[in-house]
Amino acid sequence: MTDWLTPDDWQAVALSLRVSFWATLVSLPLGLLVAYALARWRFWGKQVLNGLVHLPLILPPVVTGYLLLAAFGRRGVAGQVLEDWFGIVLAFRWTGAALAAAVMAFPLMVRAMRLAIEAVDHRLEEAASTLGASRPWVFATVTLPLILPGIIAGAILAFAKAMGEFGATITFVSNIPGQTQTLPSAIYTALQVPGGEGQAARLVWVAILVAMGALALSEWVARIVARRISGR
Amino acid sequence: MMLEITLQHRFAGFSLDVAFTAPAGVTALFGRSGSGKTSVINAVAGLLRPDQGRITVGGAVLLDTGLGVNLAPHRRRVGYVFQDARLFPHLTVRQNLLYGAKFAPGAGESSDRIIDLLGIGPLLARRPGTLSGGEKQRIAIGRAILSNPRLLALDEPLAALDEARKAEILPYLERLRDELALPILYVSHALGEVVRLANTVVLIEAGRVTACGPTAAVLSDPAHAAGLGAGEAGALLVAQVTAHESDGLTRLVSAAGPLFVPEVPAPVGTRLSVRILARDVMLATTRPEGLSALIILPATVRDIRPDGAAAVLVRLEAGGEVILARVTRRSAAALDLAPGKAVFAIVKSVSVAEGSLVSQGRAAAPGSRENR
Repeated sequence: MTDWLTPDDWQAVALSLRVSFWATLVSLPLGLLVAYALARWRFWGKQVLNGLVHLPLILPPVVTGYLLLAAFGRRGVAGQVLEDWFGIVLAFRWTGAALAAAVMAFPLMVRAMRLAIEAVDHRLEEAASTLGASRPWVFATVTLPLILPGIIAGAILAFAKAMGEFGATITFVSNIPGQTQTLPSAIYTALQVPGGEGQAARLVWVAILVAMGALALSEWVARIVARRISGR
Repeated sequence: MMLEITLQHRFAGFSLDVAFTAPAGVTALFGRSGSGKTSVINAVAGLLRPDQGRITVGGAVLLDTGLGVNLAPHRRRVGYVFQDARLFPHLTVRQNLLYGAKFAPGAGESSDRIIDLLGIGPLLARRPGTLSGGEKQRIAIGRAILSNPRLLALDEPLAALDEARKAEILPYLERLRDELALPILYVSHALGEVVRLANTVVLIEAGRVTACGPTAAVLSDPAHAAGLGAGEAGALLVAQVTAHESDGLTRLVSAAGPLFVPEVPAPVGTRLSVRILARDVMLATTRPEGLSALIILPATVRDIRPDGAAAVLVRLEAGGEVILARVTRRSAAALDLAPGKAVFAIVKSVSVAEGSLVSQGRAAAPGSRENR
């Protein structure tokens, strides 16, 4: 493989995997909370929250990237707070790429989880409460196991979306090899260089393999979990 | 009083306004579908928050809107058995059974004993999806009991089952009633179950309590005939087995007189409850002769009430027991029935419930054994 992919190619693939992994992992709890709130709670501004969550899905990615840059760039309000208080710099770093990927993938993740939560039979949760389980216990022992397939589906979907994220990433953190050059950015760069089609094709194969692998993994896990919670 | 309930709640197009008290034992909430029975039990379990009300179980206040007390469902310790079982599909039968036990304060019933009582030992490793309706319902009952509740609340636990499954579960409910000192609130619209299980009946019609009292008294009061449903009004009598006769009949003696039923497998001297439906009793002003009916009891008319357009319910007294007879208005007029008049009650059918031994203190029972 090493003679097939150059070290630079490997770097892009590894960076994409790292960015997608962290983007998915960090947005999981927040995604679950938002999905639960949208599915179950009634509160003022629910439609506003719903709109905000879905905004990255309908805005041009370059607009999302610009907004991230404006907010989390070194001159942005959020960016300054993060740098001054926590020493975290997002602009032009792989962490920024992870943030862009997480924001772009968030609507897909929330959607999958919300559907799963809405499908849970609330009467089972009532039954658990009459048996003495407090609300957190009901969530942990009844709701969570029953929505696990939705959580897994949401996470895989988010991971796949993060792997493919391009527009917002390149706008927010640019296309720096070894820093922010993810797999799609690397394919894009290769195509800009005369004679780079071969490298682009190899990277495209990697992208396809990773996507198919993620899909197969999610199908496999979902089948196991579905069997477990079907009661059979 | 074990159970004290006062509730007022307005739904869209329906209002619930009930108040009753009940002693320990099995209390049946009886009424038609949509009469508000399930809302009452939901309020007891904390799944419905009524506009106003007060609910106490064995002295513990679960709800008192006047005092601002409203315990959360998980603090009420009301073991709820739902009509649709509601087992957790992702857990095994054993995990379902023990789900509530980890939250239960103090030692409740031992799980081995309950598993044995309900006959569910062979199912423990299975998952709910592979169980029959009757098995699911037994697991649900066990799960509720093992959460160590102060009250067991059953919402038509047999309604979703076919007759064979009902017959499978009823004996388990009777065993629970007789062997556990656990008060039970039992919602049903099937009179047979109520008569067989309950010692107190609360009759609910259109969100109101129309009667509340010992099962025998409520069922034999003609005023409640309409609430019990057509053909279900009747009397409960206590009788004692006096002889098993050679032609296959068992002779019973009650305060009202001798009764005959097809052979009952109970030794001479056993005391039983028997049920005589009003529609199975004919009246005559003179002792009839040349009649196939074996049971003819002298009685006195106490009162007469209309029952539908063409019929009346006649309440009779025979040797201190109450018997109901349903006859047409025309017959009542022809016989010139009036309070105080002496008549003969011709009883066409008497039913005895198996396991309805009066020595257990239970008013019981319709039955599988009738002498039709």
